[in-house]
Amino acid sequence: MLLSNDHAEPTADGGNGPLSAALSDRRPNMRVDAVTAVEKTEAQWVARVRRIADHQDQKAFAEVFRHFAPRVKAFLIKSGADQSLAEECMQDVMATLWHKAHMYDPARASVATWVFTIARNRKIDLLRRYARPEPEELSWGPEAAPDQADVIALQQDSTRLAEAIRQLPEKQRTLIERAYFGDLTHSEIAAETGLPLGTIKSRIRLALDRLRHAMSTQT
Amino acid sequence: MTATRHSIPDDLLIGYAAGALPQAFDLVVASHVSLCDDARARLATYEAVGGAVIDDLDAVEVAEDSLDRTMAKIAGMPPAEAKPFVHGVFPAPLREAVGGDADAVQWRALGMGAKQAVLHQDGETSVRLLYIPAGQAMPAHSHRGTEMTLVLKGAYSDESDRFARGDIEVADSDMHHTPVAEPGEDCICLVATDARLRFDGWLPRIAQTFLRI
Repeated sequence: MLLSNDHAEPTADGGNGPLSAALSDRRPNMRVDAVTAVEKTEAQWVARVRRIADHQDQKAFAEVFRHFAPRVKAFLIKSGADQSLAEECMQDVMATLWHKAHMYDPARASVATWVFTIARNRKIDLLRRYARPEPEELSWGPEAAPDQADVIALQQDSTRLAEAIRQLPEKQRTLIERAYFGDLTHSEIAAETGLPLGTIKSRIRLALDRLRHAMSTQT
Repeated sequence: MTATRHSIPDDLLIGYAAGALPQAFDLVVASHVSLCDDARARLATYEAVGGAVIDDLDAVEVAEDSLDRTMAKIAGMPPAEAKPFVHGVFPAPLREAVGGDADAVQWRALGMGAKQAVLHQDGETSVRLLYIPAGQAMPAHSHRGTEMTLVLKGAYSDESDRFARGDIEVADSDMHHTPVAEPGEDCICLVATDARLRFDGWLPRIAQTFLRI
């Protein structure tokens, strides 16, 4: 363990592991119809990315752009980029999204999560000036595809996670945001093992098992 | 993929998900995640938190011709292809860093048949490959900060446990261990170290990088 909670350096919230406290498994109290509406939106994002991949659909891309481009830019500004760098970098991120659309796996990430990973990587390229090593890519290959039920379940989990974060006390939410903007060193991001993000983790694990199986039968 | 017995601690995975790790650690994490699906699933979970954060940000204004310029960029970019899965000793990110698999490493002898190859060094933070002949102890080394060791081939044991391919051991400076490679197969490990003292100055260094852009 790199850091335990009794580490001498005070962490940002006084040493009690800000993220571990903040990422607790809270079940948000949401109205059912609100949830359904958000999930429908998630399904629409997935469908748009698929249209970009399958048909180079510019209308679908424009819709994805309208929602995500201003948020990617905001993320880059929060991470310390100035206006012009953030604009330039955001365009790179959105262009990468277009080209990587066929590699997006909706059983393992929401569209927002996938956009976040592209933005984060581009940010590291630009700000730290090196191409960060990324884990080996796993893909479904030409003949297999993720199970639709897995996709729906993962998108639901993602919606719940987003809602849980939204309902956190301001202080904890701010800490999470700062961690993801790169405002905290990893030594300030104190986390206990076994963070209770259990549902989403087991879901992704299951999708990975299925993907591994599909990969092994294809080769 | 085989189940590894020793996976990476959550704080390092969160640091990787957030893009906040020193460069030397990134290679070890990316290599470990390539070999351990449990780490891959946990990483994806922390990235989901990042996804929720970015999705919830207030939109800022983009340039008027932003979409047009992005379409122009798209036209000028080569299509992205998923890299084919290659079986080997090294996972893809390590193969990329080395320029090939285990047979492409430019080793330097450390004595007693042990070898090393430094892949990246940045001040006191470094990442290297270590080659330990079967049955031998790792060369003496001290680590003031954190040391991450990922086993790629063979296995080793120390006072605490046994570590085989895909396993990762994270040791702090207060931990003294004497890893010994198991008999029967030579052991190759990827080892990253930092020094805690360096950490305090790490964020300011990024800030400097920023200001120069």
